[in-house]
Amino acid sequence: MRSSVAITALAAALAWAGSAAAQNKNVKIGALSDQSSLYADIGGPGSTLAAQMAVEDSGMTGKGWKIDVVSADHQNKPDVGTSIARQWFDVDKVDVIVDVPNSGVALAVNNVIKEKNKVFLNSGAGTSDLTNKACTPNTIHWTYDTYALANGTGTALTKSGGDTWFFLTADYAFGAALERDTTNAVTKANGKVLGTVRHPLNSPDFSSFLLQAQNSKAKVIGLANAGGDTTNAVKQAAEFGITQSGQTLAALLLFITDVHALGLNASQGLTFTETFYWDMNDGTRAFSKKFASKMTSGAMPTMVQAGVYSAELHYLKALDALGSNPDDGAKVVAKMKEMPVDDSIFGKGNIRQDGRNIHPAYLFQVKKPGESKGPWDYYITKATIPADQAFRPLSESECPLVKK
Amino acid sequence: MIPLLGISTQALFGQLLLGLINGAFYALLSLGLAVIFGMLNIINFAHGALYMVGAFCAYFLLNLIGLNYWFALIISPLVVGFLGMVIERTMLQRLAGLDHLYGLLLTFGLALIIQGVFQNYFGSSGLPYAIPRELSGGTNLGFMFLPNYRGWVIIFSLIVCLATWFVIEKTRLGANLRAATENPTLVRAFGINVPRMVTLTYGFGVALAALAGVLAAPINQVRPLMGADFIIVVFAVVVIGGMGSILGSIVTGFLLGLVEGLTKVFYPEASNTVIFVVMAIVLLVRPAGLFGRTA
Repeated sequence: MRSSVAITALAAALAWAGSAAAQNKNVKIGALSDQSSLYADIGGPGSTLAAQMAVEDSGMTGKGWKIDVVSADHQNKPDVGTSIARQWFDVDKVDVIVDVPNSGVALAVNNVIKEKNKVFLNSGAGTSDLTNKACTPNTIHWTYDTYALANGTGTALTKSGGDTWFFLTADYAFGAALERDTTNAVTKANGKVLGTVRHPLNSPDFSSFLLQAQNSKAKVIGLANAGGDTTNAVKQAAEFGITQSGQTLAALLLFITDVHALGLNASQGLTFTETFYWDMNDGTRAFSKKFASKMTSGAMPTMVQAGVYSAELHYLKALDALGSNPDDGAKVVAKMKEMPVDDSIFGKGNIRQDGRNIHPAYLFQVKKPGESKGPWDYYITKATIPADQAFRPLSESECPLVKK
Repeated sequence: MIPLLGISTQALFGQLLLGLINGAFYALLSLGLAVIFGMLNIINFAHGALYMVGAFCAYFLLNLIGLNYWFALIISPLVVGFLGMVIERTMLQRLAGLDHLYGLLLTFGLALIIQGVFQNYFGSSGLPYAIPRELSGGTNLGFMFLPNYRGWVIIFSLIVCLATWFVIEKTRLGANLRAATENPTLVRAFGINVPRMVTLTYGFGVALAALAGVLAAPINQVRPLMGADFIIVVFAVVVIGGMGSILGSIVTGFLLGLVEGLTKVFYPEASNTVIFVVMAIVLLVRPAGLFGRTA
């Protein structure tokens, strides 16, 4: 008698545990970013805010889901990034990592995520390797990549007469990838690369490099760097009269916070590629104004922060469709690829086999001071690059997940 | 135009001149550090943060009060110098006589707090500050285009450096100061108010940092971390020059600017590390630094 009671109790306990596993509606989101250094305005605390806004706007808590957002600072160091990721997965039970600017850190974290079978929604890193050689069934690259930037800016400028290039390249994975992809776009459009300088990350002074670029007599000086490096280079290029002497300055990766920091006097006329601008349509304006009202600095979202929001919304939709958290990263990512993407920010799109999210990209130019109506009114849309042309075609893919 | 190691001598002159300009910043910042260390025995890690505050001060003066660059050049060092004196009076003075490490930790902590507060309010990308109209534009020197502002930086900082050296090494005030470092009790016996002198000296060293910050504002973005990027290099300059040596920090500042400038031409990837390589070599060969006296 006693044993049968024990067996019944055990069975009940097992059934309960089983149903609990099936009904696992807990999700933990880790926003991993540069919180305190040169990319902190591009991602950083703004990305954490975007992650929290996505949770609120998904309406999932009303359906019985319990979603937490945690954040950490990877300090632009791959070893710090991977140890935070391991701690999050092993101890804190994080399911998904979002953002991760800095390509060096992103590539390192990419490996950990695959090993632990979690989900990686990258918005901040540029390297197109994330969906090429380094692609995994667990990673989705949402917002932009070096291929899209190079293709947008490189092709457009070369075709409009800027057929000789000189690069100032940040000396790490992202800079190298951006330079390589732009070089390909330039040569494809019958342009020529005359030379390149690799500068260390976080350089306060660009005058020496700018002088070398000036002496090369190239028509276009391509800045294959980001954040504070780009703003310092643009500001000092104005000082050295680079554009007055007839050379064009192409910032290959520029964010709205950079333009804001530079001011329109120093940044007017810069041409570059982005996939998001706050003042594009009602959807982007509504999100952006809500976002800005919650930021201490009142800053509008960068495309990276908008990408964190949009990617996470799609992730949560996929989880909702699955009914519960399967604790299997590859399964959730497969579901995300299966569902068409439709949000108010990046519009309609889809996620390819290689993990690349496909949507249009835009060639923007910075307004002249007289044309701007006030703070954050900075861009003119010069061209729209349709979704099917904005990113690397699958036919050129080296990603093992792509079936040819 | 004779090519030398693959680049023309003209281009080389240009690069050397740019190196000297960067050296001017190193000299100005390391001079402040050397004054503070030489006179007060404090390793001032807050120097970079106060350099940043100097630049922000220039920004606020322009955008809130409407006072231009030339006013900032005078007011900003005064304001930051006063802030420095408050820090010395309220905090650093309590550490007098203790090991260097305590002062270092305190100032390091202060630097983190100051930078953190600025970052919280102004973000990491910084704020724009334009070159003053009188100094905008540039001059074609034949071998390069020199922005007028950079020419101004090199001349102005050279004058400030030499004036500081002169005051400390050649005047009665400087003599009192040096004597007070050697033997404060004895100097006090002569009726000189040593604690006040120490406070003023710290204020002066910090004012030099703020001055460098105002000079840098039109060239670099005014960013909360602009000093953090610089301070480690500047410490290396002080170590190479010889801790506390006034002349040493000036000469080494300019010299290392040149070395860095050349590295940017021949092997740009190493331009951030070359100064530390030099530091390692100097420490091996002359542990007291190029101009330091061994105790």
